[in-house]
Amino acid sequence: MNPSVDALRATFGNAIGRGLESCGDTIVYVGRDALLDVMAWLRDTPEQTYDYLVDVTAVEYRDRERPLEVVYGLRSLARRADLRVKVELDPRGDLAVDSVVPLWRGADWLEREVYDMFGITFRGHPDLRRILMWETYAEGYPLRKDFPLRGRFSRAEQVRQALAANPEAHYSMEELSIAEAYEELPVDMKERLRRGERGALPDSE
Amino acid sequence: MKRVIETKDVAGQSPNYLLAKFQDLVDWAVNSSRANSLWPMPFGTACCAIEFMATAASRYDFARFGMERQAFSPRQADVLICAGRLPFKLASVIRRIYDQMPQPKWVISMGACASTGGIFDNYAMVQGIDTIVPVDVYVPGCPPRPEGLLYGVLLLHKKIRGESLFDHVPRREEQPLDDRGLRLPPEEIDEISEPFGNSVHQFRSA
Repeated sequence: MNPSVDALRATFGNAIGRGLESCGDTIVYVGRDALLDVMAWLRDTPEQTYDYLVDVTAVEYRDRERPLEVVYGLRSLARRADLRVKVELDPRGDLAVDSVVPLWRGADWLEREVYDMFGITFRGHPDLRRILMWETYAEGYPLRKDFPLRGRFSRAEQVRQALAANPEAHYSMEELSIAEAYEELPVDMKERLRRGERGALPDSE
Repeated sequence: MKRVIETKDVAGQSPNYLLAKFQDLVDWAVNSSRANSLWPMPFGTACCAIEFMATAASRYDFARFGMERQAFSPRQADVLICAGRLPFKLASVIRRIYDQMPQPKWVISMGACASTGGIFDNYAMVQGIDTIVPVDVYVPGCPPRPEGLLYGVLLLHKKIRGESLFDHVPRREEQPLDDRGLRLPPEEIDEISEPFGNSVHQFRSA
């Protein structure tokens, strides 16, 4: 068992749930409200220095009583130690956790992917929107267990919506707006940005 | 190939003049030129694109069949080769590319996924690119070997040689999308996309 678990429990007390070992990895469950504090502590405490966020993902289990888990993989590059932190969410309740983007910038797209696939919102995320599916995707969150494998709409409706998407809007404008190049954009492009043009169904030509 | 030129026998002599219908001669000339200088527009999205590259490289070399120049611009392409699965996110892209290609244009659907959706019978994948653009030749395989793609190209040559400039129906009159934004009626798309084979039995929740 990774000694970080005991150190966590000594520091945060009840906010730390059970810790267990699986295939040589240590998993520790953390209460949702304490997540940001725990992560900051794990990153900044000299004995811990989990400075590298490996991945953010989520798991939903087939038996619906089990909670939905958000999983954070942490690694300390200096100490060569791994720790997996999990937060349990009630699938019937409100699916929201604090974003760790303030701690690790790399969490940005990872959390967007979890949002896109599971519908979990990350409070405090700077730009939370779909990343894999297109922005007008209306069928729901594909990796949830109640999502039909072939999608909710008929194939014809899926084709219609896909064809109606503007092929140039996928990576559009938003990505540019947060880029440093914003000031150098042509005037008309800035205008389109200002109007919030993205993901809107294109007018018939 | 259609027999274009006939010889006229004159008694006791070798044939010394030729007869041909003017239309057939024009068709023959135009279609041979088209068939023998197809410029492909590769649209490679998956493993089929690797086989496509092998087909283009020196061992198989589809330049032998006049496909010397790969056009990475749809404006200078004759045949769109969709090599690989097509997610819904790319549907509007391939449609835009197809619309940008000048007539006459043809489409080869390479591989199981491009032709039918293949093993990806799920929420993200187009079930056959013929729901998006018209397809002339389907090449089966997962992925097809280069010989398979070459055979598809040769079939396309054959198809091109059978066309006629003098049809009053404009060739491959590809209608723009209808008012629903589809190129086929919705019932037809649903029918094309029906699960088949093993994917009928796959687990499906809810």
